[in-house]
Amino acid sequence: MADKPAIDIELKAPKGDWRDARVEFRKGTFSNASPPKDLVHLGLPNPRKWQPTDLDWQLPPDWKRILLEGMKDRLARYRSFRLFMDVCVRCGACADKCHFYLGSGDPKNMPFARAELIRSVYRRYFTLSGRLFGSLAGARELTEDVVKEWFYYFYQCTECRRCSIYCPFGIDTAEITMIVRELLSLIGVSTHWITEPAGNCYRVGNHLGIAPHAFKDSLEFARDELRDITGLDIEIPINRKGAEVLFVMPSADYFATPHYYTLLGYMMLFHEIGLDFTVSAYASEGGNFGLFHSNDLMKRLNAKIYAEAKRLGVKWILGGECGHMWRVLHQYMDTMNGPADFLEMPVSPVTGTRFENAASTKMVHVCEFTADLLYHGKIKLDPSRNDEYVVTYHDSCNPARGMGLLEEPRYVLRRACNHFHEMPAKTIREYTFCCGSGAGLGNDENMEMRLRGGFPRANAVRHVREEHGVNLLACICAIDKATLPTLMDYWVPGVQVAGVHELLGNALVMTGEKQRATNLRGEPLAKEEVHA
Amino acid sequence: MKALLAAAAVIALALAGASAGAIPGGTVAVTVVLPYVAFLTLAAGIAWRVWQWAASPVPYRIPTTCGQQRSLAWIRTAPIDNPDTGIMAAIRVAIEALTFRSLLRNSRSHVSAGRLEFSEARLLWLASLALHWSLLVILLRHLRFVLQPTPFFVPPLDALDGFLRIGAPPLLITDVLLVAALLYLLGRRLANPLLRYMSLLTDYFALLLLLGIALSGMAMRYAAPVDLVSVKQLALALAAFHPVVPLAPSALLLVHLLLVSTLAIYLPFSKLAHFGGVFLSPTRNLANNSRRVRHINPWNRPVPTHTYAEWEAEYADKMKLAGLPVDGTDHGG
Repeated sequence: MADKPAIDIELKAPKGDWRDARVEFRKGTFSNASPPKDLVHLGLPNPRKWQPTDLDWQLPPDWKRILLEGMKDRLARYRSFRLFMDVCVRCGACADKCHFYLGSGDPKNMPFARAELIRSVYRRYFTLSGRLFGSLAGARELTEDVVKEWFYYFYQCTECRRCSIYCPFGIDTAEITMIVRELLSLIGVSTHWITEPAGNCYRVGNHLGIAPHAFKDSLEFARDELRDITGLDIEIPINRKGAEVLFVMPSADYFATPHYYTLLGYMMLFHEIGLDFTVSAYASEGGNFGLFHSNDLMKRLNAKIYAEAKRLGVKWILGGECGHMWRVLHQYMDTMNGPADFLEMPVSPVTGTRFENAASTKMVHVCEFTADLLYHGKIKLDPSRNDEYVVTYHDSCNPARGMGLLEEPRYVLRRACNHFHEMPAKTIREYTFCCGSGAGLGNDENMEMRLRGGFPRANAVRHVREEHGVNLLACICAIDKATLPTLMDYWVPGVQVAGVHELLGNALVMTGEKQRATNLRGEPLAKEEVHA
Repeated sequence: MKALLAAAAVIALALAGASAGAIPGGTVAVTVVLPYVAFLTLAAGIAWRVWQWAASPVPYRIPTTCGQQRSLAWIRTAPIDNPDTGIMAAIRVAIEALTFRSLLRNSRSHVSAGRLEFSEARLLWLASLALHWSLLVILLRHLRFVLQPTPFFVPPLDALDGFLRIGAPPLLITDVLLVAALLYLLGRRLANPLLRYMSLLTDYFALLLLLGIALSGMAMRYAAPVDLVSVKQLALALAAFHPVVPLAPSALLLVHLLLVSTLAIYLPFSKLAHFGGVFLSPTRNLANNSRRVRHINPWNRPVPTHTYAEWEAEYADKMKLAGLPVDGTDHGG
């Protein structure tokens, strides 16, 4: 960030009538539109050059019919959608649970208000009372202003599901957001930061559009770096048929920092235990920006993982650290693109543990895998190598509320670090606050809203920084690793961000390694005698 | 404004009930026709709503997990908040339905001096629980009017409800709780600027209608007692499909009946049908076992994909140069 915008956090009483749909697209609070080439790449409707600030969004002439038919179709296909349109009592328990509401003070960011933006349209066109009594029954016409309002507010939701756990009916705003974004995509309204990575992933293999030879270069570079740090030659096999395990990670792990240090950590671990694995250049993305766009696009991107596992003839799949990637792998993949009957029950080749919890999908989270190794004492750690760090752990939304992967990463962290402190209870585990940049919102043009949305998380980090001197925020999500550093720099300077497997890699005692002089970031380790 | 309109609607309904006795045919309409219409609408409406929800497919297994998953055998799980089996998911739903557990999680956030702070906020939970449990007990107590003999559990329920022994007839705790809860929920909706901003006319209407029902019912017990025997005769006759129009019913009874009938007709088509959410939400009533057991999407449909062969055709030359293995099958070059 070149210059720091001054952000006041203030929760004011709302003014006016929420049914007034007009939105001011203020710089810094929205994402740029998809350029035509993105939509052409993916075969999506209504490619054209436009921006949200345009007066005319160049919607197709029959946009209203498309949206209403799209709603009708989805009401018939998703019980969640129909139920969530019907059962809200507007009790307001969710109101102050959303990080975007807390950071922006904009009342339409209260989850029940966000949902009312489409619920009012549902009432008008799909319920008897709405048709009969109109606005008295809370119904609202679908207008172009409403489309713009949907775009603004449903791209100010990171699908984090925090509101859902407070709702007496389990109404999940993520589900509503996913459906509204899908509806908007039917008339060509989507964002560049989502459709470009999705297009790259579809054609090239990963969000960043790294072609296979560059992918190899990148992993070779990691091999060189690992040689410098450990003195060992750690090979990273690519597209190797007959390996036991296919390892899938988010592409940022091999092309961005601080993700990259997590990649080094995984590879050191796999080398140390002699895992028979391969990565794939074709399925070189675990993340799935299709999730932030539409059901079909999610499925199209996800299909590669099973296809590649089958082609390579592996027995099972191991997945790296990534939040939304695991939402897709855990709750959608097997249903969408399974059954994975060509794979076998995942069994740890080192401990013999059968991962019964992945018996059908055949995909194991790397934190589950590593925690099992540690529990059985199969790897040796020297946590003093992480002594410069006072660590806290940020639960990523999807592994926390879409999976329940809470203890595995903590088990690894507690073994790998000597100084670990939890943030306040209302801000971790199932109550965790989002980074504010998930679900495709982590672009630079949306910076002010990201910093606002990330404020509740940063606020909790600041608490443990002041209380315990925390200087490292550990997490298991690629979007976190990409966006939390910016958030920390703004709200809590002096806190770095790292993956769990980076800290594991630092602590991992490897057979035949040289005396470590630096951590995985190349920073000199504290003097040995201190820990003697 | 919305609250005033809603209040006006409820008052108009009450006045219509109060004056029904004076209008020819009014008594028949309120004591016989309306109760039947209301009962039928309620039964058919709820059946229709539940069918509509239950018949719509659940394409994905999407529970929101509120605790540790079952993964490695030695990690302690949260079997209810993160259910692993259908039975545990049913227990999760049952606890939610009986104790409103999610509302119990509630907290309030506020910003002071640029910091976010949290405080406890249990009143919404308490008021909701008081409202719903009182309604249930009151409904059960009313069985004494429509069933002969009176069900065995009703007299002890009455006794328990009136155990404070204040006044005669004894003040019933559920009556007090119901009115207090409704007033709290109403006051909260009006006093909290965020809620007032989002509240619809129907939100006020539902609360005021219930309040009208409670007050008219209580008036018949505490203020202007009605002849319970004739009320029971009316109710039993209705239940036996041999309606008898009472000769001179109390105006309060007519108000009460009209408001209750309105509620029954309104309920299936309004947010008051929110019970569906408690039992049918796929975020709550499913087990978090989607990696262990495959969930079937009934409408799972094919989508275009970019196959490995298509991909390799684009990159084969560069891959060979980089020393990456290629399948090199049927894409000529």
